[in-house]
Formats: sequence, C-alpha cells, structure tokens
Amino acid sequence: MSMNAFITGAYDTAVGELPGSSCMALHAEAAMGAVSDAGLRLSDIDGVLCAYSFTQPHLMLASVFCEYLGIHPGTCFAIQAGGASACIMIMQAAALVASGQCRHVLVVTGDNRLTGMSRNGAVAALSEVGHPQFERPFGISVPAAYALVAQRYMHEYGVTPEQLAAIAVEHRRHAGRHPKAHMRAPLSVEQVLASKPIADPLHMLDCCLISDGGAALVVSSRAAARDTHGQAVEILGAGQGHTHEHIVVAPSLVDYGCKTSSATAFARAGVQASDIDVAQIYDSFTITLAVELESIGFFPRGQAGAAAAAGELGLGGTLPCNTHGGLLSYGHSGAAGGMFHAIEAVHQLRGDARERQVRDARLAFVHGDGGILSAHCSLVLGA
Amino acid sequence: MNAVSHYPLPQPDAQTRAYWDGCAAGQLKYQSCAACGRVQLIPRALCERCQGNDLRWNESGRVGTVLSFTTVHRAPLPVFKAMAPYVIALVDMQEGFRLMANVAAQAAPVIKIGAIVRIGFVQVEGMALPRVEAVE
Repeated sequence: MSMNAFITGAYDTAVGELPGSSCMALHAEAAMGAVSDAGLRLSDIDGVLCAYSFTQPHLMLASVFCEYLGIHPGTCFAIQAGGASACIMIMQAAALVASGQCRHVLVVTGDNRLTGMSRNGAVAALSEVGHPQFERPFGISVPAAYALVAQRYMHEYGVTPEQLAAIAVEHRRHAGRHPKAHMRAPLSVEQVLASKPIADPLHMLDCCLISDGGAALVVSSRAAARDTHGQAVEILGAGQGHTHEHIVVAPSLVDYGCKTSSATAFARAGVQASDIDVAQIYDSFTITLAVELESIGFFPRGQAGAAAAAGELGLGGTLPCNTHGGLLSYGHSGAAGGMFHAIEAVHQLRGDARERQVRDARLAFVHGDGGILSAHCSLVLGA
Repeated sequence: MNAVSHYPLPQPDAQTRAYWDGCAAGQLKYQSCAACGRVQLIPRALCERCQGNDLRWNESGRVGTVLSFTTVHRAPLPVFKAMAPYVIALVDMQEGFRLMANVAAQAAPVIKIGAIVRIGFVQVEGMALPRVEAVE
C-alpha cells in the first residue's frame, strides 16, 4: 500500500549545548538544510508545519517562523502534541501532499532549551502537562508521572532497575557512534543506578537530556518527489492513538495508544512488527521505551528490559533501536527530539548512517509519544 | 523569593467547586452518571463514557487501594523542593474512581502497591487537599 508521500529532504543541526543559538535560528538552519538536501529551492515549498517552543513560545509559531525566514507559503500552521508532534507533523504533511493541497511541505522543529532557559525552568514548564487541579497541587512532574508508570510496570512484570538501566546503557553505546550526539561517553548499568534519584525508580540517567538543536524534513507528493534530487524515503504507513492526557485518567498503566497507532501504521504499510529492520522510538525515559516496545508488540510483556540487557536493541540485535542514541543520549530539544528519530530513520534507509548503519535496512519504524504516554503517532518508512 | 506564594493551588471552576468545597468540609466527592453509572474523579459537564449530562454528586467512603506510587526527589517547583523527598500515589477508590494525592509522612514508610489506604485532608494555604493516609 502507499500513502503517496515521500520524505525528500532531511537535515538536523548540531545538538547539545549551543551558546548563541535561538529557537528561530535553529528552525531556519534546519529548514534551509532540509530544502537544500532535497535539491529544492525555498520557493518550491508551499506548505510549512511547525510545532512549539519553550524559549520562544507563541500562539502562531509557524507564522512567526515563516515571517523570520521571509517566506509566504500557501499553507502554514503549528501542531502541538508534545513528543508526538514530529510524527504527527509528518503524518499531516503526508496528508497534505497526498490530497494535492501541497506539493512540498516543510516540517520544522527546534528549540534552545538548554542555553535559552534554566534547567529548573524547563522542568517547571514540562510539569504543566499535569492537571492544574488534580495533579499539579501534589508536586507532579513529567519524570514523577513516568515513575508512577514504571513502579506499576515493575510490580506487574518483575522488571528490575538493572534492566531499565540497560536501556540507557545501550542508547549511550549507540550515541558513541554518532559524532553529533550530545552525550557520547560510555555508560555502565552501575553508573545509571548510582546517578541521582529523580523519582523512584527513575534515576537521572533513566531520563532524557535537555539539549539545544533543530531538525527539519521535506515531505513531497509522489509527482513532486520527481523534482527532488536526494534519495527519497517513502512514508508507507502512519497511525495515531490517543487515550488520555493526564496520567490520573489513563485507562491502563500498561497498554497505551501506541498499540493502536502502530497497528494502524503496520496495516497501512502492509507489514508486521517482525518485518521492521530498524526502529526509532520515543525514549523520554527508559521506562517509556520499555512500555512502548511491549505495547507495540516488538517484545513480550516484561521482556524489553531483559532484551536490552541481552543486546537486542544494539546494532547487531534483533531490533536495532534508536541508533543515533535517542533522547537519552543523542539529544532532546523539544519537538525536535522526536524529529531526530525520524532523521535517523532517513539516514538508515538511505544507507548513509556510517558506523551506525544497520545492514540492509529497508523498513524503519518511527514512533512519538506526547504527554504521559498520552498521544502516540507511528510511522512506517521504506527505502 | 516567597516560595509559598508559588504553590500551585487548585483554582476551582464552575464544575469543580463542589469537589473542593467537599474537601474543605472533610468530604471526598465524586460524580456518577445517572444514565450509565460511570464514576469519574475530575468533575465535568458530562460523563466521560456516555457523554450524558445527568451527573450526580456522591460522597466517597474514602478507602482505596494503592495502584502505584513514587518518591519524588527532584521537585518541579521551588515550593516542592522544600518538601522533597515526598511521595505521590495513585489510589483506586472503592467506588471505582482514581485519585492522585501526596502520601502523609507517617504513611510513607509503609506505602506499597496494593496497600489499603484512607484519604484524609491536609490544609495548604487555606485549602484542603486530599492526602493519602494509613488505615489504622
């Protein structure tokens, strides 16, 4: 099957601590890079989708960006779905080009979350996803909400802190192969367990980074893709799943919208989880990835952590996952964090991931999760 | 900086005022749907299951089971940093709704998943907030 949409350009900026960067400058660099990668001119872009920013929050971020860049596209709007934003933007861009409303849609994300605000400021801003009356008065934070998920999950399936830590360790190993990764120094399970407690059972090294960075893609229709010069990657399937926003209302603490989103994406692409060669899955915390891997069906219940410890998420494993290092070690710059996963999938499918390259990668799975496992979007991409 | 003024106290609205007034009176209230019987914690204008708008207020027996809990070491706001480490729990109430609240210091050492707990109230800057307490 086909969605009649192709990723024709991809670019990500440097990531990490970028003094002198700004939200809009990161957007602009990523956008120009993606358009250039596609072999297009800026005037070819007739649709622009942006997400959100902590350092330059605005009601109309896509309009602010187009003004900054000096372009006047026919279609322009912002999408906000937390960590699911990047995948949802790509899915929406695919719909825009497949329906003929646009030919080339630029999806752009970026934020200078590390140098543009204090770490305390970022943590406080994130905690606003908690319900203002029924969660935030009790000191909920995003890590604390995921810790509630982790505690229950470990209780039900006998998963250990060492197994969750193994996920962080494998991500750092992946990041060590990426010259741009924010954190590349090797990590041990012992180091993860000895890192500062954040919200039990999560330690600091179970949590994603806070980074500056930007990333953009160009999504083109089948016909328009012929005008481009890069190696196009086809969007074969996409799906979403939404079950709640606040963790206190989540219908389940073990099954989430990723089950629906991935099933829809796989069905649309005509493939199964076992067909996937490489996966790039939202990893805001070690527990996030464990729950998603199992809820999606890549591993049996309670087995994702053990699989990580056995090296199955590594480059030679059964499911090489987050080969750039993910949010845990490559970097997390707001909506761009999720976009980094998509960019890495493009590298893998183009075969230009260098020492990170998964041999013969033909099918990639990309997944984003927003809120507290609240909003999910899955993509299946093909070389 | 006066950290106390930054406490993110609930701001009751038209739909939640009865809940918070209940807390002030030592009662834990929840809505139930007259049409389908669904119970819900977060008060709203309609039923989360059938969207019926005939909602009744009920008073909980304030006993529930711990679904999950976490001890928070890294607090999101200055006012909570002074309290850290503190415990947040999700409690499944006997009436079928789920609640989030802090665990009272005396109950924190014995809290575990599956424990039967009681919901009491704690005064915070003039507002009564639900709090998880041990069952005597």
